[in-house]
Amino acid sequence: MTTTTPEDTAGADAPIKREPRLAWLWQLLRNPLGALGLFLVLLIVISALGADVFSPYDYKALDVKNRLAGPSWAHLLGTDNLGRDTFSRILHGGQVALYVALVSIGVSLVLGLALGMLAGYGPRWLDNILLLCFDSVRAFPVIMFALAVITVVGPSLETIIGVVIMTTTPGYARIARNATLSLKNNEFILAERSLGARGKRIMISHLLPNLIAPLLILCSMDIPVVITIEAGLSFLGLGVKPPTPSWGSILYDGYSFIRNTPWIVIAGGIPLIITTLGFTFLGESLRDVFDPKMKKDR
Amino acid sequence: MLLYTLKRLGLAILIVCVAMLLLLSAIHLVPGDPAGIALGPRATPEMRAEFKALMGLDQPFFIQYFKFLGNVVTGDLGVDVWSKRPVTQMIADQLPHTVALTIVGLGWSMMIGIPLGCFSAVHRNSFLDRFTAVISVGCIAIPSFIVGLYALLLFAVELGWFPAIGAGEPGDLGDQAMHLVLPGLAVGLGWVGYLARFVRTSMLEVMGENHIRMARAYGIPTRRITYIYALKLAILPTVALLGVGVGSLISGAVFAEIIFARPGIGKMVVDAVNTRNYPIVMGGVLVTTMLFALSTLISDLIAAWLDPRVRQGF
Repeated sequence: MTTTTPEDTAGADAPIKREPRLAWLWQLLRNPLGALGLFLVLLIVISALGADVFSPYDYKALDVKNRLAGPSWAHLLGTDNLGRDTFSRILHGGQVALYVALVSIGVSLVLGLALGMLAGYGPRWLDNILLLCFDSVRAFPVIMFALAVITVVGPSLETIIGVVIMTTTPGYARIARNATLSLKNNEFILAERSLGARGKRIMISHLLPNLIAPLLILCSMDIPVVITIEAGLSFLGLGVKPPTPSWGSILYDGYSFIRNTPWIVIAGGIPLIITTLGFTFLGESLRDVFDPKMKKDR
Repeated sequence: MLLYTLKRLGLAILIVCVAMLLLLSAIHLVPGDPAGIALGPRATPEMRAEFKALMGLDQPFFIQYFKFLGNVVTGDLGVDVWSKRPVTQMIADQLPHTVALTIVGLGWSMMIGIPLGCFSAVHRNSFLDRFTAVISVGCIAIPSFIVGLYALLLFAVELGWFPAIGAGEPGDLGDQAMHLVLPGLAVGLGWVGYLARFVRTSMLEVMGENHIRMARAYGIPTRRITYIYALKLAILPTVALLGVGVGSLISGAVFAEIIFARPGIGKMVVDAVNTRNYPIVMGGVLVTTMLFALSTLISDLIAAWLDPRVRQGF
């Protein structure tokens, strides 16, 4: 991803024109894909936040008499093998998915920024060591790495978050490092250094604001990836522990009964499709808005 | 080129070694007692100590690491904790299934992705081009296990076109091929999107070059120019890209093997995680990481062979 410094975009003597603060939102909504993405993301976020209000049943409540019931007005998406209402479980599963995604991506972003700036701004040997570590972590197929860690630690929500942090941080760090390298010899940094600013000040108040925009876009594109990892591990039975509902564990429950009661699998897959498509469309459109260079060959 | 190959090979080996060091230290650092988890809460301290000794977890960290590396070089990955079979043998039995599945997945993604990319490059900026762009993004976004589950449901359970589970009769190639169709689709569909996008960009670049304009000036039919002259050139950089995708294909293969109950490394490792069979998990992770590193290496070498500038920059 390329980064634009303020110097590149505003010509040397062109008058500075400030765009209205929400211009980007308007630009995003004009793109049908961006609008769709935003709509889907809002749908998922609102349904997850309001899960307790919207769900017609307690997601833990067993109703063995009505087990494996088909979709009906009483149970919109039917019930699972223990008679739990699938719709309520899906709403609460959204909370788990978003929680994992936000916590792990937030931590990876901070860690990645810190390590990346350190590698880019620090001495050469540190850069080399950190780069080797980043590349080595990315040499694992993600699921395999997760499986190895789970073998030792045991499956839990915290394990998943930890694994995701370990595997996504190098991606952010690499981008932060490359951007730091290309920024650190710019005039405004040199000027700051000649004024006597220390490395810490330069990194935090001068490099950081220039690095954050491309990384935030990457974050929105990584959210579906993280949600997929969580759901995938839960589908393998190695994710969140019951009775906590996760979209993956709903699929796992449904998979055992796929021949006779396919709607559990169908219902469990839909929120995942909505979420991944929503965040990906949103991320792509945001990138087009903030980083027009990427769009040139469209 | 030889120098580049050697350097690149050295880097690949170094990365695999550091990757295993990171994995072992991550396992070492996190709080948790593998023996306790494996044997359950009622295990006596003696049983735990015996289990740890069996898995080599009672020794100091660096001894463990170098012992592990040394054993890897001699092809010894330890024994299955429960059945005492050598892990190397188990992996050798399962690996062909996973490799076949990955190749079929790649085949699917090339079969759909390349024509799709070509098509949208030819109909650039039309409604159909935008439509294929949305399809590509959709393919990238949707998790492979959802594709697998829905494909299983639709084509195997409801329509009955393809077999649902297993790898087919040993020796019966046709049957085995039928069993690979759906899992391969689940593994490969994600890459359809990447390929379509990449081929499209690369095609647009090639279509603007002089020799293509020359061919046009000669009056050669557009169809021939597009699919014979331009595609041949546009596909080469794509081949170099494919190696990078093998990592996600392997992750996809894990799910496909579980969903379609196929034998393979992924199924072996997941089963081993459930029984805390530490040597099998480590062996499986090592082999897939090496597979990934190898395919990245090959694709880098192809890229360097095609474009000498890559070699000089290293």
